[in-house]
Amino acid sequence: MPKRELMKGNEAMAEAAIRAGVEAYFGYPITPQSELLEYMSRRMPQLGRVFLQAESEIAAINMAYGAACTGARVMSSSSGPGVSLMSEGLSYIIGTEVPFVLVDVMRGGPGLGNIAPSQGDYRQVSHAGGHGDTFPIVLAPASVQEAVDLIYQAFDLAEKYRTVVIVLADGSIGQMMEPVALPEYRPLPEKRPDWAVTGEPGRPRRRLTSLYLHPEDEEVVNLRLLKRWRQVEANEVRYRTYYLDDAEYIVVGFGMAGRVALSAVRMAREEGLKVGLFRPVSLRPFPTKELRRLAPKAKAMMVVEMNSGQMLDDVLAAVQGQTPVRFYGRMGGMVPFPDEVLEQIRLLVKEPPTLDEDPRERWIAHMEQMLTPAS
Amino acid sequence: MAVTAPSRPLKVVYRPPETYLGPTHYCPGCTHGIAHRLVAEVIEEMGLAERTIGIAPVGCAVLAYEYFDFDGVEAAHGRAPAMATGIKRVLPDRVVFTYQGDGDMASIGMGEIIHAAGRGERITVIFINNAIYGMTGGQMAPTTLPGQVTTSSPYGRDPRSQGYPIRMAELLATLDGVAYSVRHSLHDPTHIRKAKKAIRLAFEAQVRDLGFAMVELLSTCPTNWKMTPIEAMNWVRDHMTTVFPLGEYKVHPELRKLRV
Repeated sequence: MPKRELMKGNEAMAEAAIRAGVEAYFGYPITPQSELLEYMSRRMPQLGRVFLQAESEIAAINMAYGAACTGARVMSSSSGPGVSLMSEGLSYIIGTEVPFVLVDVMRGGPGLGNIAPSQGDYRQVSHAGGHGDTFPIVLAPASVQEAVDLIYQAFDLAEKYRTVVIVLADGSIGQMMEPVALPEYRPLPEKRPDWAVTGEPGRPRRRLTSLYLHPEDEEVVNLRLLKRWRQVEANEVRYRTYYLDDAEYIVVGFGMAGRVALSAVRMAREEGLKVGLFRPVSLRPFPTKELRRLAPKAKAMMVVEMNSGQMLDDVLAAVQGQTPVRFYGRMGGMVPFPDEVLEQIRLLVKEPPTLDEDPRERWIAHMEQMLTPAS
Repeated sequence: MAVTAPSRPLKVVYRPPETYLGPTHYCPGCTHGIAHRLVAEVIEEMGLAERTIGIAPVGCAVLAYEYFDFDGVEAAHGRAPAMATGIKRVLPDRVVFTYQGDGDMASIGMGEIIHAAGRGERITVIFINNAIYGMTGGQMAPTTLPGQVTTSSPYGRDPRSQGYPIRMAELLATLDGVAYSVRHSLHDPTHIRKAKKAIRLAFEAQVRDLGFAMVELLSTCPTNWKMTPIEAMNWVRDHMTTVFPLGEYKVHPELRKLRV
């Protein structure tokens, strides 16, 4: 049993990246991820590695882009508004086919929003991640330990597929302290990949670009990226299931919402309700096939998120109308309580949805009632 | 009269640098080709070709990395100094330079250039100022002269509503991290020779670890200025140099001692 220590999520994620061999970190302060940057500012110089606080997220992502072109292990971290500013750079990095790891510690939005935990960036990173045809890998932890484990793997994935890996945590993962077993320190790579722009003598010059002026050439690149993405879809789908063997009702939630939902599912089990949890860990590639196979076995599903139902749309696409789906979420930086989700599970069993029910309809009515001040 | 072969080998008076991979796609009378050649000459003369990494901008020079036989990357619009920072921090013993136009550097990339200079990044910046957006079709740049007609200032740039030209060499010279900030012109051979010396000093500043270095080069855009190449050269001399005075705005004392 490896030694476990109590660590704040943001610091544990930083240390995991260091142990995975990150050679350069570029970032900009934004709550609720700033401790990750601060930790890097202490540790990276101690290890003789690169830390630089950029003047903006735009600069940070482009510094990372440059460093990634040298074949170094590079990362940055931010939160929703900063990730918005990084979108252009993410697309360039993906288009140039260089590896990069980004941690997004989500906060409440839209706009300036607030600094409370949220899952509002699901769509921004899973369905966008930059302009053009881009395919970032997105992984969502539900605990500090899982965040550590995913960041440790993220660099390998980024290098294997020469793409961007985004670890999508939320403010609570970043801010809370939990016991974690940290992985081993890995030695820094001695050799650079054969595509790296390193300014070395004795070989033909190398160039890295995302510019393909002729559409005929760009289409070839697009197809290459797509085929590589198909490999990601075949190899890298990750999810966790809980109490699904005899489950008649399936709750689907990722990250912290999935973890809260798990507590609710356990309480429901104590009440004798046959309910289980499906927690996607890779949000992109999304476990579409797995959910599709499960759907006919369930009397109904309920998606729980800390947003207005961004993953819900992916679940609906996976389920293809094989079973009714209902949604429950909290927004704007609100985190649902387990008993709040338990109440929704009870309602799901007592008054199951029909196939033609709008998944959000009951939830919106519930929210209106809950948020209207008593007269 | 028939042309006869020379009876003895011709004397080589000039050989283009081997690392300059022309011909380029630039318009006739455009000074990008001259600036590229000067950069290649300086890097060859300093023996740096095999440890140099160049960063191309977005703009007419977007393909600059195609014209140099060194390693190269292509940046997002305005972000070349940030990309250069990332490369230089990971590979501090390499020579890293950016090549940027006025829209790229003085408009969308103003934040990145100021902060790279402010940090004293050990990079060399070649800044092509031709007072217009070339690649997108001749729109107003931050360096467009007052009264200058462009496709997005069709009545002439009115400073009251469209602002004044920004003088980058002077601006960067105010920052402590800067070792070298100068403005030269490419409008005639005399000035081209001076520009080459400045480019040399800007790379010397980097290899001598003195600080950030930038050379602003007043350049032409005959196509978008709607002039002949000669008219364009004269317009640089007669109009641009009055708004953008040539000069050395900051020179590190160690560079002053060098004879190049």
